[in-house]
Amino acid sequence: MLALFLSCCAAWTASWTSLPNLVWVIYLAPLLAALFILSLTRHHRRITAALALMATFISALGSWIVFYRGLEGNVPGLKWINFGDALTISIGMTIDPLARTMLVVVTTIATLVFIYSIGYMRQESGFTRYFAGLSFFLFSMLGIVLADNFIMLFINWELVGFSSYLLIMHFFEKNAAADAGKQAFIVNRVGDFGFLLGILLLWIATGSLSFSTINHSLELFVEHPTLLAVSLIFIFCGTIGKSAQFPLHVWLPNSMEGPTPVSSLLHAATMVAAGVYLLARIFPLLHFSPGAREIILWISAITTLGAAFLGTQQNDFKRVLAYSTISQLGYMVTAVAMTTSAAIPMFHLFTHAFFKCLLFLTSGAVMLRMHHELDIWKMGGLRKRMPFTCIAFFCGMLALAGCPFFSGSFSKDLIMKLAFESNKVIFWMIVIAAGLTAFYITRVCIVAFFGEPRTEQARQASEAPVVMLLPMLLLSLPAIFAGYPFFANRFLAPLGSLQLPHELPAFVEIIFILVFLAGTLAALLIYRNATRDPISIPILINRFYIDACYDWLVKSIQDRFAAALDFIDHWIIDGVFVQGTALIAWSFGFLLRLLQVGNLQAYTLFLTGGVIGIILFLLKFH
Amino acid sequence: MSPLLFLILLPLFALVFILLGAPARFTSLMATALNVLLGCFLFLHYDRIAAGWQYFQEIPLLPQLGLNFTLGADGLSLTMLLLTTLVSFTALWVTPRVEQYPALFYSCLLLISIGLVGAFCSLNTFFLYGFHEIALIPVFIMIGIWGSGDRQAAAWKATLYLGAGSFILLLGIIALYLAAPSNLRSFDLRVMTELSQHNISHPASWIYLLLLVGFGTLVSLFPFHSWAPSTYSSAPTPTAMLHAGVLKKFGLYGFIRLALPIFPIAVEKFSLLVLFLLVCNILYLGYVTIAQQRFDWTIAYSSVMHMGTIFLGLVAFNILSLSGAILLMFGHGLSVAALFALCGALRCRTQTLEYQKLGGLASRFPRLSFLVGCATMASLGLPGFANFAGEILIFFGATASIIINHGSLSFTIATIISIWGIVISAIYMLRAYRRIFFGTLPAHEDSTHWSDLSLFECAPILILLLLLLVVGIFPQAILSLVTTALR
Repeated sequence: MLALFLSCCAAWTASWTSLPNLVWVIYLAPLLAALFILSLTRHHRRITAALALMATFISALGSWIVFYRGLEGNVPGLKWINFGDALTISIGMTIDPLARTMLVVVTTIATLVFIYSIGYMRQESGFTRYFAGLSFFLFSMLGIVLADNFIMLFINWELVGFSSYLLIMHFFEKNAAADAGKQAFIVNRVGDFGFLLGILLLWIATGSLSFSTINHSLELFVEHPTLLAVSLIFIFCGTIGKSAQFPLHVWLPNSMEGPTPVSSLLHAATMVAAGVYLLARIFPLLHFSPGAREIILWISAITTLGAAFLGTQQNDFKRVLAYSTISQLGYMVTAVAMTTSAAIPMFHLFTHAFFKCLLFLTSGAVMLRMHHELDIWKMGGLRKRMPFTCIAFFCGMLALAGCPFFSGSFSKDLIMKLAFESNKVIFWMIVIAAGLTAFYITRVCIVAFFGEPRTEQARQASEAPVVMLLPMLLLSLPAIFAGYPFFANRFLAPLGSLQLPHELPAFVEIIFILVFLAGTLAALLIYRNATRDPISIPILINRFYIDACYDWLVKSIQDRFAAALDFIDHWIIDGVFVQGTALIAWSFGFLLRLLQVGNLQAYTLFLTGGVIGIILFLLKFH
Repeated sequence: MSPLLFLILLPLFALVFILLGAPARFTSLMATALNVLLGCFLFLHYDRIAAGWQYFQEIPLLPQLGLNFTLGADGLSLTMLLLTTLVSFTALWVTPRVEQYPALFYSCLLLISIGLVGAFCSLNTFFLYGFHEIALIPVFIMIGIWGSGDRQAAAWKATLYLGAGSFILLLGIIALYLAAPSNLRSFDLRVMTELSQHNISHPASWIYLLLLVGFGTLVSLFPFHSWAPSTYSSAPTPTAMLHAGVLKKFGLYGFIRLALPIFPIAVEKFSLLVLFLLVCNILYLGYVTIAQQRFDWTIAYSSVMHMGTIFLGLVAFNILSLSGAILLMFGHGLSVAALFALCGALRCRTQTLEYQKLGGLASRFPRLSFLVGCATMASLGLPGFANFAGEILIFFGATASIIINHGSLSFTIATIISIWGIVISAIYMLRAYRRIFFGTLPAHEDSTHWSDLSLFECAPILILLLLLLVVGIFPQAILSLVTTALR
């Protein structure tokens, strides 16, 4: 009897956990949570948190099941737009090794960040709005991961942009937050403009929108390499916007105005990595177009190095991390442009997601206990007040800096080795960036956690609550171990080899260690007992004047242009043409004025009269 | 009897009752609510397999002239009828207390609704035009009597401008009528189309230009757009909703019904001109919109700008772009109606719509700001709302017509610019939203008694937004109907 019952249960579970069901549950659970929160539990903080957490947990559980059972396949969705052969767009999903790995990373990190948020947002206003937004974000992010065609991806691409907007301007009464949200949305729209053009170009060329079809129609491009390169560059615009590559990177540091868990989940671990994920999705195409890869390579290398430079002179804890994110995303995109399989960029995405998320979570803990003070020069000595947070930060810091035996070093070294093989200039650019990375993160560590407390807040800081510590400590583990082959291969081996084809000379490895040591020691020496920044480089403090340049473009060019057009519209098109014509009509129709009696009956009378007149006229004509 | 006749008669009876002394608001709301139900029923009941003209009825008036009262609906008309009935109903719902001549106010609104329903289900161009005039005249009266700001000037300008546009349109229709051989002349839409498709009548291409200018003026195609902002900002809220949401779409509807099927060659011949004008609509008026300093002006100009995108769908002239254009007409109609309704609600509370005097209202009006946020997102084309589906289809259609025209440069440029339009609309809508609802409120004399929308006030806007969402997620609901009409 029991055996029968158990086998029934097993059969039921097995049928229920078939791929389409599982995928739909993973995808829709966060959306349902967001809708529930929005419509029903807006005034109940506990229920809201429980709901959001539960939905995330369900998604994560489903993702792990998919991952462990190694499921694969397509999930046909509803036909969103159906014109038969002319154009059919479906909300279809696909699970392949790439999507599987990304699913697990996204949902696992999301679960931890959701838990952390309960502690972090406890005192804040808009608690339920926050969780609705975060759940909606997770829904749309999963849409990107699961999408099997460009339009499904683009739809969710826009939706993550929207949820990012929503979450950045969470504290909307602060002007900086409101402006940052707006800027993030608009800058991303600029990227999406190019992205959409790229999609349309590829559609012209291949007549399809599905990734698998396009990736398998390479022979179409044999005679049109330029067409392929141009469309790929346009699609890369989407990545430039979303993954904050130069020159559209300005929104990411400003987005730090949002709550810190948001910065951690969206603007470090998952959403900004969507651009890299997109490139990995169309990797066969990209691999086929050396021209496009060359351009992508240079843009990303410039981003890597430039952002690393900017990170060295920021005084805001989170902004250092933001520039570091831009720089690390640059590494990933560089890797995409150089490698022969999507595994290597995804490897760095994988390790970076853990350690960067961790770093942001520690910064949030510090921020909470410092009463929203983020200037590292107003901290100091936090090591003694917040020991666990400090340990977690150490793990993240060493992983980011590329310290041997920590996760970041495995993936970053691999990318630098790739560069050594393919392009020496790029190699030195990203090696210098690695040294700068070690420098700026050590700087933050020393200034914030060591030395003596420099303000009253720092003196009174205390350890973060358990609900926040737990996710940080849990994330510390992958921040250390995610790079080791026994761990990484389970996730990344199906994507391709994590080994380079040739053995490199030993001195390359030594260069990496030397660079790491140089960066760290330099920061140690310069900042050991500093109470204010001994170095001041205006061009770096002012972020290469890029923000100022955009400001000038918007205020002095775009707005003046708009005002001038408004003037023309008002005084020339309307004023001279229309009113002038009207004046002629006025004098011409002087007599008609007698008819303007201003009541409904009279107008109706005129109308009827006119109609009858026309009919009579036509009868006569007939 | 055709159920379409009921759509016209229901508000007409309500109008008569109101003039006889029935309670104006209640009667008109009931009539339009019934119309919504009937409209939905007709929409769902339409036989999609048989397609063609359904709910057909003909009342002969002057058959020797080809002038009959002919009613009928296909997928396109039904979509427009659904839009009309819904916007009429919500416009009446959101109407605030009318101090001056309430009976006349509601009668005017009903008259607009009657005219629109009639125009969208008339198969006879004479009645098509006549019903449109019936809808147009109350607009002038309403601006003149209940308008705000410089209402006399606005009413005068709208009358002169739209009157001139309608007059040119009338000339075009008559010329079209006369172009046929004299024994076959008819005002019937189907006959007109058939005659030209079978090469029996050869309407000259200047007639197309007449129609283009006539319909273009009604749609606020550049450079005939300058009536729109002042009209919408002075018109009372429900009038602005009906005009921007539906009446303006009549021009597009007429263009699809008359100009496109009768003048396929002229459409191609003059495509460069139309593309230039619509690019001006998007680029030039888009940037003009950015410069606006008041919410109602921003919405008014933005609705002018979106017409450019729709016109791209029309001149690209293939099934994808046309269906996209119709979908965008529908989505834009609902979203702009919602925006004007909310704009009116905001004006009621703050007495001003100037960005300089506003700010930080999100914490004061959480419901209002939520609804404005949704409508804003719909209007800037966020996926999930109908507008996005329409826009993306237009872009695909325009791209397809680039190939059909052998890589035509003008089409390529127009397509790229209209895609840039999604950036422009994000800029002005988000700026407006940020300046009204975020940041802090500048010191106001009396802001203590400001209250948020009640649930009763939210309901009509929610209906509009929900429908936008439903159509955005299942665009096939409308597309499957529309394509039967276009094929």
